[in-house]
Amino acid sequence: MNVVITLAYLVAAVLFILGLKQLSSPKGARNGNFTAAAGMVIALLATLPLLRFTTAGVTIVLVGVVIGAVVGVVGARRVKMTAIPQMVALFNGVGGGAAALVAVAELLRFGVHPAFTVAFPSVFSIVIGSVSFAGSMVAFAKLQELMTGTPVTYPGQQLVNGLLAAAIVGFVIAVLAIASVPFSFLALMILALVLGVAFVLPIGGADMPVVISLLNAFTGLAVAASGFTLNNFALIVAGTLVGASGSLLTKLMSDAMGRSLANVLFGAFGQVRAGVAATAGAEGRSVRSASAEDLGTLLAYSHRVIVVPGYGLAVAQAQHAVRELAELLEKRGVEVTYAIHPVAGRMPGHMNVLLAEANVPYEQLKEMDEINDEFKNADVVLIVGANDVVNPAARNSAGSPIYGMPILNADQAKNIVFMKRSMRPGFAGIDNELMYDPKTMMFFGDAKESLTKLVQAVKAA
Amino acid sequence: MNNELLNELTFFVLAIFVGIEVISKVPTILHTPLMSGTNAIHGIILVGAIVIAAGASTPVNIAIGLVAVILATTNVVGGFVVTDRMLEMFKGRQASKTPQPK
Repeated sequence: MNVVITLAYLVAAVLFILGLKQLSSPKGARNGNFTAAAGMVIALLATLPLLRFTTAGVTIVLVGVVIGAVVGVVGARRVKMTAIPQMVALFNGVGGGAAALVAVAELLRFGVHPAFTVAFPSVFSIVIGSVSFAGSMVAFAKLQELMTGTPVTYPGQQLVNGLLAAAIVGFVIAVLAIASVPFSFLALMILALVLGVAFVLPIGGADMPVVISLLNAFTGLAVAASGFTLNNFALIVAGTLVGASGSLLTKLMSDAMGRSLANVLFGAFGQVRAGVAATAGAEGRSVRSASAEDLGTLLAYSHRVIVVPGYGLAVAQAQHAVRELAELLEKRGVEVTYAIHPVAGRMPGHMNVLLAEANVPYEQLKEMDEINDEFKNADVVLIVGANDVVNPAARNSAGSPIYGMPILNADQAKNIVFMKRSMRPGFAGIDNELMYDPKTMMFFGDAKESLTKLVQAVKAA
Repeated sequence: MNNELLNELTFFVLAIFVGIEVISKVPTILHTPLMSGTNAIHGIILVGAIVIAAGASTPVNIAIGLVAVILATTNVVGGFVVTDRMLEMFKGRQASKTPQPK
């Protein structure tokens, strides 16, 4: 590698580090993304002199880049803001898949007895990259609701996953010690793909953000390993940066949910039964539902209203309707704030983005720690399409899958208005005690329609 | 162990520490954009994909190279664009902060 290329890679690495630094503070976040993108362009340009193109090579690189760029831009531009989390999962997965394929191509080139120093990173990259690819696709399917969001468990699941992992280790040893032949590393790839699916299946949809973050770190490590195989400094540094920062981010995200990472990943085993039992206990109890007129009067004559927005609000595209209601109430002198749970929506920060899109003033958005003591002074808490983040089971019911998750103290408000499409449980798949609270009034219907009805009712009040 | 591998190991270990250090404090609201941003950065695998695709001559290598380039480009381009879309929203929010003096 000549001096100019190495220096260009160094510049790219510095830009990635600066980009990450800026991305982690609200002020420079957008610039941080540009900085990192600039680093990427430099790294790619610097690579060009390294290439020795075959005739077919020129064509597939050009065709591949064009197709990938079109898919990437169209996908990223067209996706609705509500569907961002699954889009991130998809983009992460394809990166993992690419890393695994690069490693396969390298192993094919090295022949039957490759040196350990190149063979080991290659098999590592194949396994981790494939797990990341398959796992991300399952995460995508769960978030897109192509499959159930509840944990998929079956008897002996841990044993099956354990056997898969053992088989993978076996094939890794076979490739490294006996012979690196297409059969063995293809088998390795297939087993790793199956493990990726099996690993994400028992994790509930609400925990997908943490999983995607973990798989993101995995892809980073697979890319770094490919760097060792290709002796490419840029891949090693960038991949490792993502692997390390992604691991830390994963921990921060599970901390924000008040859970350990192990609990997020393996918590479904053995807890499903307890969750079902808790649901059964709530059967046959009555809830109180209210009319739009009643609620309109209640809201119009309150002093303090706290809105708890959830994913249901986003799905119904009701961000604008909720802002309209809030503005109307403010004109009447009602103080309106929004309580944003760290995992409101489907990912940390997701709800902030959605409300920002609807031009809700930033000052009205309060984070959980900031607002949790305010609920007891609130006249009305208006829960719009949220569920698990206000479920008292997280505090009281040790058997619940969400036990230990910090929640918004909506139950402390004087009146609770629960806007929901139906009595259907939330994303975690468990019943919510709060709906049976005597202070609670249910208001069923699509979030947007319901909010529009409330706007009319407040105007009339 | 040759010199090159030793150098690579050095970069690897130092990059771990830098990676952890650089994002030690992230507000919750930035978790999603940060995840998406790091996601775009590992799209650097495109460099590797192009290296293997450029030299491909057998049908198997051509197929692997083509798919790898497509996947990696999607990762890079989609990753940066979707992150920018998210952060654009934040910027709009910051701007709406000033004209509201009350």
